[in-house]
Amino acid sequence: MTEFTQMGVADIRDGVAAGDFTAREVAESFNAQVAAAAELGAFIVTTPDKALDAADAVDAARARGEALGKMAGVPIGMKDLFATKGVQTTAASHILEGFIPPYESTVSANLWAAGAGMLGKLNMDQFAMGSSNETSHFGSVKSPWRKDGSNAALTPGGSSGGSSAAVAARLCPAATGTDTGGSIRQPAAITGITGIKPTYGRCSRWGVVAFASSLDQAGPMARSVKDCAIMLEAMAGFDPKDATSLDMEVPEWEAHLSADLSGKTIGIPREYRMDGTPQDILDSWERGKEWLKDAGAKIVDITLPHTKYALPAYYIIAPAEASSNLARYDGVRYGLRDLPEGAGLQDMYAATRAAGFGDEVKRRILIGTYVLSAGFYDAYYNQAQKIRTLVARDFEQAWSQCDLILAPTTPNSAFALDEMQGDPLAMYLNDVFAVPASLAGLPAMSVPGGLNSDGLPLGLQLIGKPFDEQGVLDAGLAIEQRSGFDAQPDKWWA
Amino acid sequence: MSVDKQTVAKIASLARIHMDDAELERMAPELSQILDWVEQLGEVDTSDVEPMTAVIPNTLRLRADEVNADAKTAGDRREDVLANAPAAEHGFFGVPKVIE
Amino acid sequence: MSYRIQGATGEWEVVIGLEVHAQVTSKAKLFSGASTAFGSEPNSNVSLVDAAMPGMLPVPNRECIRQAVRTGMAIEAEINKWSRFDRKNYFYADLPQGYQISQLYHPLVGEGQLLIEADEKAGIPEDKVIGIERIHVEQDAGKLMHDQHPTMSYVDLNRCGVALMEIVSRPDMRSPAEAGAYVRKLRSILRYVGSCDGNMEEGSMRADVNVSVRRIGDELGTRTETKNVNSVRFVMQVIEFEANRQVDLIENGGTVEQETRLFDPGTGTTRTMRSKEDAHDYRYFPDPDLLPLELEDSFLEECRASLPELPDAKRQRYENVLGLTPYNARELTAEVETFARFETLLAATASAIGKDEKAVATQVANWALSVAPGVMKSLGDEGDPAHATAEAQAKILKMQVDGEISGGQAKEIFELVLKTGRDPAEIAEAEGLKQVSDTGAIEAAIDDILAANADKVEQYRGGKDKLFGFFVGQTMKAMQGKANPQVVNQLLKQKLG
Ligand SMILES: [Mg+2]
Ligand SMILES: [Zn+2]
Repeated sequence: MTEFTQMGVADIRDGVAAGDFTAREVAESFNAQVAAAAELGAFIVTTPDKALDAADAVDAARARGEALGKMAGVPIGMKDLFATKGVQTTAASHILEGFIPPYESTVSANLWAAGAGMLGKLNMDQFAMGSSNETSHFGSVKSPWRKDGSNAALTPGGSSGGSSAAVAARLCPAATGTDTGGSIRQPAAITGITGIKPTYGRCSRWGVVAFASSLDQAGPMARSVKDCAIMLEAMAGFDPKDATSLDMEVPEWEAHLSADLSGKTIGIPREYRMDGTPQDILDSWERGKEWLKDAGAKIVDITLPHTKYALPAYYIIAPAEASSNLARYDGVRYGLRDLPEGAGLQDMYAATRAAGFGDEVKRRILIGTYVLSAGFYDAYYNQAQKIRTLVARDFEQAWSQCDLILAPTTPNSAFALDEMQGDPLAMYLNDVFAVPASLAGLPAMSVPGGLNSDGLPLGLQLIGKPFDEQGVLDAGLAIEQRSGFDAQPDKWWA
Repeated sequence: MSVDKQTVAKIASLARIHMDDAELERMAPELSQILDWVEQLGEVDTSDVEPMTAVIPNTLRLRADEVNADAKTAGDRREDVLANAPAAEHGFFGVPKVIE
Repeated sequence: MSYRIQGATGEWEVVIGLEVHAQVTSKAKLFSGASTAFGSEPNSNVSLVDAAMPGMLPVPNRECIRQAVRTGMAIEAEINKWSRFDRKNYFYADLPQGYQISQLYHPLVGEGQLLIEADEKAGIPEDKVIGIERIHVEQDAGKLMHDQHPTMSYVDLNRCGVALMEIVSRPDMRSPAEAGAYVRKLRSILRYVGSCDGNMEEGSMRADVNVSVRRIGDELGTRTETKNVNSVRFVMQVIEFEANRQVDLIENGGTVEQETRLFDPGTGTTRTMRSKEDAHDYRYFPDPDLLPLELEDSFLEECRASLPELPDAKRQRYENVLGLTPYNARELTAEVETFARFETLLAATASAIGKDEKAVATQVANWALSVAPGVMKSLGDEGDPAHATAEAQAKILKMQVDGEISGGQAKEIFELVLKTGRDPAEIAEAEGLKQVSDTGAIEAAIDDILAANADKVEQYRGGKDKLFGFFVGQTMKAMQGKANPQVVNQLLKQKLG
């Protein structure tokens, strides 16, 4: 029997289309894999019937000789930030526990229309706030990876930690993620998979629970560049319901994939060589340069002078937007209501939100509320938005010297669960390399860059010009072909 | 420390998140640490810099004045709108009595 | 003569600024496709967007922007080609998002102005220009009902997300009368432009009334804001009440608190709002779901080209071109319906008579403002206003100008038109409501009268001019009141020498 769960998006799609196997067989096999991996905590709810129904629809369409969609027969995991009609959607928060949306997000609807099926809703950091998947109300996700010679549970990264764990553990061939300040790239990097955050506006935000509106972007997480290209094509597209959606054709990224980088210049930003960056990260970055050179690219040093300020600016802008975006969770129209005896309306709000939000969410709401409050707007929020302009300008200036930028995705490999609890700031530093591209709205991708001495994956990040997902994917492919990365976590669960 | 317990209490009340004393006590140094850290942005001279308004060159699209043109943003779906409400009564959302 | 509050310690001046919320005339809401229809079942005109379901996003309605721009142009305001939406954050049950999308930092419409006209009787001695600081576009909130359940308030989101223009005046008004005139004039402009139906009972227009008092010549005092006042009369009552309350307070050693108040129409008083939002820390910031709103020149040109003649221009034209009295001009231009009816009748009358509009304007104005309404009023339910077509009235006016009927006959004919809808000419014929202008018949009657009153003719010719009236009366009597008085006069003068 073919081991479907080792297959990626392209292979499943092509095999189903060719009649080598049925979509139902594939779905059944992933459903079984998901059911057996509860220990990882990757899913909040599983939806095996949804996966089977979608598979049956694809098999039936094929039997009728109909044209099949880009993702036909591919069962995927859906991050619990995407509203799914009739299926609980919580953003991993108690405050939305039991919420059944009467609507489907644009991105998930696009995927279903392309023939994908849903295995379940993936765990994540609560409201996508976190880099370790420890802030979920439904429990931490455990990475399928462990350090050589250790049984300590590691983080799968965050906030798309359910997605990264599930894809790395072969519970699904691909999953959706969202990236506000690195939440696709960081978990992809530390679980040895591939993930791309497209240009801001490529994927509709309609129906995606908002964290920080000016930064949030959906993207695919999978185990190959090609699979990401396929899935991103299915997810992306203009949506008139999102005023920030890009009114542009979705390019045929998969068809145009090319690992030949002749004529391309890759910039190496000197500011990403930060004090204290571990040697194995620097080594992997060096290897990345060599691979790209080997693919025909020219390597140049560049400068992104405001890099250091990107992270603090992000930690003003994102919480500010979040403090407002999360005001709607008030116990009136959906989700949790905590109504203490004799409480008035405003007391009900305060009790509901105290009971419903986790600590990290509260922390960020408070920071956001503070930086927007009377007298502080200019010093914090406005200054941060000006810094954001400078960060974006750094990139614009870099594009006169290079076509793409290569950098590490994260400053470290996966850390142990609980290791950084109680030190929010240390946790925030995980996103130091990922945040600048988010602030500038640029397409950015993480591809595996090898294992460190502990046997843990490291990621390499490629950042492109606005709308140049193709360039990013091509360079990612060049690395993928040369790294020969095929490591898999040893299956210790179930 | 940039924010004390009283300030945290004030922000928490503005954000409508009930916090007891112990929580305020715990939250104050955490928030202070973060706020002290973001304050490094003050180092940057931004006097000639415009704040970011649109991260990707794009302008606001306007929609036509049509009722229920797209089912996903249409009215006339009272059942859906009320379906998840903790206290839906007679077609309304119920909340504790408000005195204006 | 200025409006003053007579306090125990002297005179006080009242300073008034108004924030008028006007519902923009549009079919769909500002950021969603739900209907703006009034009076629907609770929560039926509510989309997922209006209910602020997770992941919902706003997309602005072009018509709402267009109407606000046209309104700005009508008050001669600066239109900002670059504006932005901001979020005003606060928690309340009528505000599902937890913020109102409004415009603080970069409003769509900047500085403008509005003229209120002198009205001696109303206590406005001379024309006055009231500054308008800005117009911004924002979402309306939902509605709370407090009297349906013993322990709960009910929330209806039908109005939530309906587009409003907030029109913010400068604190330029100094009396209830000025404020009343301002609201009336603003309403008239909005209705001319068609950007708001001005229906205050349905809440399409409501004012936040900012009032403070000061000693003449002093700095501005602390103001109170009385919210959501929904009639001109109430606006004036609020000012009257607040000004006196504040003066009393200060004179008794108290201080006015800057606060939000509510008006009680039953008692004509205001009171502190208990559900005050805390400390008014709204944490405004640009709405990250919406990009800046950038308007093209072509869009602005289209807006400008679509503006109608506005009240001030129309009033001036009525005076200067049509030659109407200032009173008539003002009365006719105050309301959209009034001028529309007048202009239709004027055109019909001019064309019926074959003269230009200017030549018949005064007569049509008198007819439209006093004669016709008088007849309609006296008839009451017996008349059907639908019969008062411009065509029918123009016919009556033409007969009058041609001397075929007298003024009294015109009224009688109009009465019958209103009752029956019959043709005026046919009525005049059938009912004998016509003047005799035939000189032969009148001459014969005069000859008879002069012959029968030779003594009086003698006295008249001897210098007793007053007797002329006697001869007119006798002639009209002989003609059974149907002689054309002008012809009678003329013939009598000839014959009496
Ligand atoms: Mg106001
Ligand atoms: Zn307002």
